Amino acid sequence: MADADDTIEILGLTYPRRDFLIYGSVGLGAAGVALVAWPFIDSMNPAADQRALATKKVDISAIEEGQAITVMWQGKPVFIRHRTASDIEEAENTPLSQLKDPQTDAERVKPGHEQWLIVVGICTHLGCIPLGQKPGDPKGDFNGWFCPCHGSHYDTSARARKGPAPRNLAVPPYEFLDDQTIQIG
Amino acid sequence: MSTYTPPQWNNKYVSWFDKRLPAITLMHKHLIVYPTPRNINYWWCFGVASAMALVIMLLTGIFLAMYYVADTRLAFDSVERIMRDVNYGWLLRYLHMNGASLFFILVYIHMFRGLYFGSFKAPREVLWWIGVTILFLMIMTAFMGYVLPWGNMSFWGATVITSLATAIPGIGQPLVEWIWGAHSVDQPTLNRFFAWHYLFPIIIAALAFVHMWALHEVKSGNPLGIDIKGPRDTIPFHPYHTVKDLYFLTIVLIFFSYFVFFSPNFFAEADNYVPANPLLTPPHIVPEWYFLPFYAILRAVDSKLGGVLLMLASILVLYIMPYLDRSPVRSGSFRPLFRWAFWIFVADCLFLGWLGAQLAEEPYITLIRIATVIYFAYFFVVLPLLNKYEKPDPLPDSISEPVTSRA
Repeated sequence: MADADDTIEILGLTYPRRDFLIYGSVGLGAAGVALVAWPFIDSMNPAADQRALATKKVDISAIEEGQAITVMWQGKPVFIRHRTASDIEEAENTPLSQLKDPQTDAERVKPGHEQWLIVVGICTHLGCIPLGQKPGDPKGDFNGWFCPCHGSHYDTSARARKGPAPRNLAVPPYEFLDDQTIQIG
Repeated sequence: MSTYTPPQWNNKYVSWFDKRLPAITLMHKHLIVYPTPRNINYWWCFGVASAMALVIMLLTGIFLAMYYVADTRLAFDSVERIMRDVNYGWLLRYLHMNGASLFFILVYIHMFRGLYFGSFKAPREVLWWIGVTILFLMIMTAFMGYVLPWGNMSFWGATVITSLATAIPGIGQPLVEWIWGAHSVDQPTLNRFFAWHYLFPIIIAALAFVHMWALHEVKSGNPLGIDIKGPRDTIPFHPYHTVKDLYFLTIVLIFFSYFVFFSPNFFAEADNYVPANPLLTPPHIVPEWYFLPFYAILRAVDSKLGGVLLMLASILVLYIMPYLDRSPVRSGSFRPLFRWAFWIFVADCLFLGWLGAQLAEEPYITLIRIATVIYFAYFFVVLPLLNKYEKPDPLPDSISEPVTSRA
């Protein structure tokens, strides 16, 4: 039987044989457990059919000025509002000093398409859907959206102005495929 | 046997915790210093390997349940979605599917080990009974799990097996409708099978701990079948068995991986990749391989109730093993005639398994009858007669004696 005091030489360095065996076995075992754990952890990530919902094309030609529609993207509501000239003016003229999450209106729309505001319709406070999409909805103190859950107000650029919401409504990645069609995602 | 003295824990946090909940002392007693017979061989590794199979089944099952939908309209597609869309879903499902076969292979070998080495004899009767109960629950769990993908074999397997209850005179029909929750195998059946398929493994896991509790009370048997007579006969669990078990588990996992990665449908039926159709019975209904011997016995007699009772008896007879094999010699190694009978019995079980997969026609029916008679004769005729007439070989004085005297 090998003596516990035997040594082994690796790359010119000498180690006790017992230590080498223990650390080697435990290290290999840990690597094996990690390799096995990954498929289990990864299985909980969105599956291929969920990932296939990552982009969505929307025809916006039928939305009149002043109107808004809500579309689903990745299971979330996306607000598409066709803003009026006064909406845009109001949004552009708001001084950044009045904002909790300072962002200019230009940062939130595409150049040349300032009339289109596209945001994820999930309140940044605790995830409710703010009101303001339908003609009869309350639009809050800033003519944008109002979240009925805890009273957050958003302006015509969907920026948080009042109430507990800490951040502006998120702008999803999107692009104009042509003047009538956008692709979200 | 020496009594256990708990160690003094030097680390103050360990010591603080252990005084309030002696979990660390418990692990020290049962996983480190626990005395095991020094002569146990690899047949004694199938218990721990079965435990590993149970863990594989529980883990993969929990993750599969996150995607499986117990709705007759969606179940089949949800399983296909797991196979195609869910990240590593194919791996989870193939581990679970083949894991069931692995679990039964290991448990069957574990039980044959027990039958050969007399592991059911005093003082291990309760340990054995818990084990047989676990087998019983495994059979029901595996059956219900097979129904869940809602393939055509799932559906018809469920119909055939639940209909066994209709053999009971009088209450049979109401009973089977109670099990179904409908007038045939339908949505309520699938739904409750999913609930039970999730529940039963939890009970199995709990019983596995009771099984180990009983084991650690009476200690492991050994190939010589004689009692531990002192510290010379034992070695501590750690490092001897921790290392040996890990080595054996690695071998088992390599064997298992071959099927999971290279032949994942080796144990599967093609008919179960066809969605359930209540209007079309598959031409040849066969259960999973691990049920085949019992399925053969079911078809041994020309009587519905008789077949069901025989099949039940073929499992239940294991409970009375301690009273059928009363030979004071535990190990088959010292019983020259028993050894023959035992291996014929093993061959007969395998033969029944093969017969269970054949069509219900001649010559198979006659062969099934012969094999069934041999099966029951082993328990009720051969074992009692052997107890009476067999002259066992002389037993060694102690476990360590053959080793020490040879040196």
